[in-house]
Amino acid sequence: MLTSRGGRWTMLLWVAPAVLLLLVFVYFPVVDNLRLSMFRWNAFSPSEQWVGLDNYTALAADPIFWSSLFNNVAYAIVSVVFQVGGGLVLAAVLEELVRGRLKGILRTVYFIPAVLSLTITGLLFQFMYNPQIGLVNGLLDVVGLDSWKHSWLGESATAIWAIIAMSQWQSIGYVAVLFIVAMQRIPRELYEAAYIDGATRAQAFVRITVPLVREMTLLAMIITVSGAFLVFNEVQVMTAGGPNNASHTLGTWLYKSAFFNDQMGYAAAIAVVIFVITVTAAIVQLFLGRGRAVQY
Amino acid sequence: MASTIARRLNVLKRGGDVASSFWQTVAYLLLAVLAVAIIYPLIWMALNGFKSNAELFGDPWGLPTTWRWENFEKAWSLGVVRYLANSIIVTGASVVSTVLFSSMAAYALTRHRIPLAGPITVLLLGGMMLAPTVALIPLFRLLQTLGIFDTYWALIILYTAFRIPFSVFLIRAYMITLSREIEDAAVVDGANRWQIFWLVVMPLSRPIIVSAGLLHALFSWNEFVFALVFINSGDLKTLPVGLLAMQGRVLSDWPVLFAALTMASIPMILLFLAGQRQFIRGLAEGIGK
Repeated sequence: MLTSRGGRWTMLLWVAPAVLLLLVFVYFPVVDNLRLSMFRWNAFSPSEQWVGLDNYTALAADPIFWSSLFNNVAYAIVSVVFQVGGGLVLAAVLEELVRGRLKGILRTVYFIPAVLSLTITGLLFQFMYNPQIGLVNGLLDVVGLDSWKHSWLGESATAIWAIIAMSQWQSIGYVAVLFIVAMQRIPRELYEAAYIDGATRAQAFVRITVPLVREMTLLAMIITVSGAFLVFNEVQVMTAGGPNNASHTLGTWLYKSAFFNDQMGYAAAIAVVIFVITVTAAIVQLFLGRGRAVQY
Repeated sequence: MASTIARRLNVLKRGGDVASSFWQTVAYLLLAVLAVAIIYPLIWMALNGFKSNAELFGDPWGLPTTWRWENFEKAWSLGVVRYLANSIIVTGASVVSTVLFSSMAAYALTRHRIPLAGPITVLLLGGMMLAPTVALIPLFRLLQTLGIFDTYWALIILYTAFRIPFSVFLIRAYMITLSREIEDAAVVDGANRWQIFWLVVMPLSRPIIVSAGLLHALFSWNEFVFALVFINSGDLKTLPVGLLAMQGRVLSDWPVLFAALTMASIPMILLFLAGQRQFIRGLAEGIGK
């Protein structure tokens, strides 16, 4: 062993910066948040008033909380279908069908939006959805579906769906690349054997690809679902939760409650709800795929 | 015998060529449509940066009549240069601190027997479960108490703290696999731990260090929640928040905003194109192998 007896303790200095940063700036705030959710206080007055579970009862009675939660759930469901389902099919088609340079080029093209800030893509799609210059309504005009035109981000009924659609555009390539990595680990012989036995590509996809990337599918679903409950940036940029608070998610409603309505304790209670949902997802993930990491 | 092989090869070829060329055409068509749908908005964004407002409203799909680089100059001086500099400072500093502290921790945990190794590992990796939003409100007070609210330090420290778990995860998994022999040889040659770390372990871990650094750069370059809440001064805003502030500042001069968005997109796209393999390696290692 490299380390002498006395040296063992000095090795703790090597982990000290990481451990201290985590304790002070990650663990302490998360625990403190639980405490703060039971007080009534505001940002610039130090006095805290103990209110027990009042913030939580207020939460349960708040229609915007419920519509925010609904929007997160919608985000999660649509993303699982389009990003995970769509990403899986896209990856399989790319892997099976496309050869050579074209494959790499397409993969890169599909991935590019995922490296852009959500502020950039959010502002860009504000223009895409713009009733005067936007490409979305323009496209509907071209294909003769004028009656489908909307002021997408300006109407309560469509705003959240327009934001969700942007998110699918941005992330499908990212999830597809994850699947491609998983598919490249499947031995080619399995497919060759299947084709010799007369299997079609569709059959090979269903019988070989899907079962062998099952683990990645679960992981992608968990990342997508927990990501959906943390959505903040794109909503804040595109609608800031409007119109009429219709497109809030838990994250933006927390932000507005804390820093605009100055209800810090109430916002902390929303944070606890987010905590419970995301930690549950992480624990499920821990059981399903040991030793893998998911970073929010 | 020979005919069986020939038949099998034929079947194999048929599998390779796809039974139905109809479906192949459909698939290619869908791939092409998707590629256009993904890339066209970005091209539209860049082209609109060159237009005048009248052109943008009159012919949103068309090409600009002249290439108005002055939109880009205007966007640059209206704030892009400032936000870009802030993003570079915050990202640069936090990449260094995150990778350094994570590598040091991973080194101690994998190459030495340290006391409390189990609890420390759980503590470091367990941080991956905790989302920034959950800590937002207590951090608002903590940063004010510490006197670093509305400074670069707030972002650099938080980006480091919140990304150490993932970076430790990546680097630790890699360092475990390194062979001990070179290290032992270095000890025999009288090298101390600091020298072994810098001269032996870090160079050997270079591929994963690059991946971890790139993924951290991507994260901190695009981070929004902390940058929005913990920075008030216009002069300290990073790109994601600064661009939002610019939206209000350009008023209805939208082509300038398009120019700003285009310029803001370029650094990460270039970084991704340059380090694509390391990016994807990091993702693959981190998410499941």
